[in-house]
Amino acid sequence: MMKGGWFKVYAIGYLLFLYAPIIILPMFAFNDATVIAFPLSGFSTRWFSAMLEEPTLRIAVKNSLFIAVTSSVLATTLGIFAARASTRYRFPMKTGLMGLIMLPLVLPEIIVAVSLLVVLLGLGVNLSLWTVILGHVLICTPFTIAILSSAFQSLDQSLEEAAYDLGESAASTFRLIILPLVMPGIISSLLISFTISLDEFIIAFFLAGTEPTLPVYIFSQFRFPAAVPVIMALGTVLVCLSILLLTIAEYFRRRGIAKSGGKDTGGFL
Amino acid sequence: MTEKPTMIAFQDVHKYYGDYHALRGITATIRAGEFFSLLGPSGCGKTTLLRTIAGFEGISSGAVMIDERNMAGVPANQRPTNMVFQSYAIFPHLTVGENVGFGLRKARLPKAELAAKVAEALEMVGLGGYGDRAAHALSGGQRQRVALARALILKPKVLLLDEPLSALDKKMREQMQVELIRLQRQVGITFILVTHDQEEALVMSDRIAVMFEGEIAQLADPETLYRRPNSRKVADFIGTMNFLPAKILSEVGDKIEIEAQGFGQLTLEAEQAPGAVSGDGAVVGFRPETLTILFEGQTATDRESMAVIEEVVYYGDMTYYDVKLDGTERPIRISMRNVFGRPVLEIGDRTRVAWSPGALVMFR
Repeated sequence: MMKGGWFKVYAIGYLLFLYAPIIILPMFAFNDATVIAFPLSGFSTRWFSAMLEEPTLRIAVKNSLFIAVTSSVLATTLGIFAARASTRYRFPMKTGLMGLIMLPLVLPEIIVAVSLLVVLLGLGVNLSLWTVILGHVLICTPFTIAILSSAFQSLDQSLEEAAYDLGESAASTFRLIILPLVMPGIISSLLISFTISLDEFIIAFFLAGTEPTLPVYIFSQFRFPAAVPVIMALGTVLVCLSILLLTIAEYFRRRGIAKSGGKDTGGFL
Repeated sequence: MTEKPTMIAFQDVHKYYGDYHALRGITATIRAGEFFSLLGPSGCGKTTLLRTIAGFEGISSGAVMIDERNMAGVPANQRPTNMVFQSYAIFPHLTVGENVGFGLRKARLPKAELAAKVAEALEMVGLGGYGDRAAHALSGGQRQRVALARALILKPKVLLLDEPLSALDKKMREQMQVELIRLQRQVGITFILVTHDQEEALVMSDRIAVMFEGEIAQLADPETLYRRPNSRKVADFIGTMNFLPAKILSEVGDKIEIEAQGFGQLTLEAEQAPGAVSGDGAVVGFRPETLTILFEGQTATDRESMAVIEEVVYYGDMTYYDVKLDGTERPIRISMRNVFGRPVLEIGDRTRVAWSPGALVMFR
């Protein structure tokens, strides 16, 4: 075998392992059979219509979208404050504080979920979508800070000073100069935290009370073999949506870089 | 030159960053309509001093006055100053025209009037017709011009320039130096330039403040600074200066009698020893071009010494000779303009050197 041959085998094997299961998803979603097994029996879109007629699924989707939108907006807002503070100001215990804020990134989610549940119940808070949002903001914020810090960091401080020097107030400088320049970072942050929140299972499972979210619904349906093809259909839709979302995020990121004349150094695609 | 009114006055300005004493009692005045430079090595406090005028840095004690008004408590966005930043700070998401007109946003001018003012400002810096271009697509020199137009459109009392030419290549820099001088004469606004490039400061300024370690070491016009530096440190920083040890024999009135190595006994005027006593021992200093190597048939108009050539550095238009005057231990540098038909001397050649006591400065 020629030089680098094994590396090719490894790369192809890796990609297969990564994407083959996902390709199987639409195969069975369009398959006209209840059993998930080869050979495929025929083309059908009935699982998609069945999916649309499922009332619990609709509620779960609605809940998940509400949670994901709210959490991503809240987490990104907090992220903006924290990133701005950590890149512009010096304050005592900064490193320690930032470390503590970033800690949920590596903390086992199950621990976060259980301890939140204990505290919330102890405080007598009723479990609802808002308790899930609380948990999701907690785990999304470190990601938003990481993304936004790099956006704020790459901002030349003299741009702010120039705007201020030219007569603008601190608030209008933020609106006219800083916000437009970090906008690509903000959009990335919103999309990433939206995605994290949308497919988060453990916290939603513990803190949702009686309201199902999408991942919790999918998990509960998997016990019934008859429901599996519908889940496959749902999965197909979700994969398509994810790809669409990622493409939009990347489009905005690149446009932002092109607009400010920067060099493209990374990104998702 | 008639004395112009004071535009900026520093009154015993001190600035501390924690324990670090960045400005150590700056007292100076800058006149209206002057091209003034703050010159010094990095870390000398020149940028900090400039930023105290702009209002980006507060001061720990003392006062900064602009046009007879104390600037204490006046924020940067209300001061009659505008700044050209080292990085130019061109807003990358706006067009050239939007950048230049940014400061007029608050004035809420009618569209046509704003456009006319922007066009005029761009014309002034030689960028007429660039208004619709994207700012990020400009070259370094063009960014610099946009930054100038953006700052000048507000007609500030003082324009602050923070090392504006340091990012440009040599040719562009020299071109911009000339243009900045022309622009300053045209608009008549007080320009304050921060630079670490002594040549740039000499070329552009009406007056220069040389700063070391948070203090102004000397404030003078370029010629005085070059010919009569008041300390060895200033002399070393501005251009090249040779030093030879000397001994003071007597001081009577404004005449100083000294014995200098290589030169022998001579008398200096008091104004040739402008500095304070430093205690490092007396030395005489002189610029490389004030000594002349004498070729066959030439005679000195004033004094003459013998020397031996130790090193020759040929620059095309100039030749630098390192020579050792008889009776000295260290070589000194002499610069000579090359003339057609005259040979360049070689290492080891003995030669006569012409000099004049009036060209010497003494530090003690």
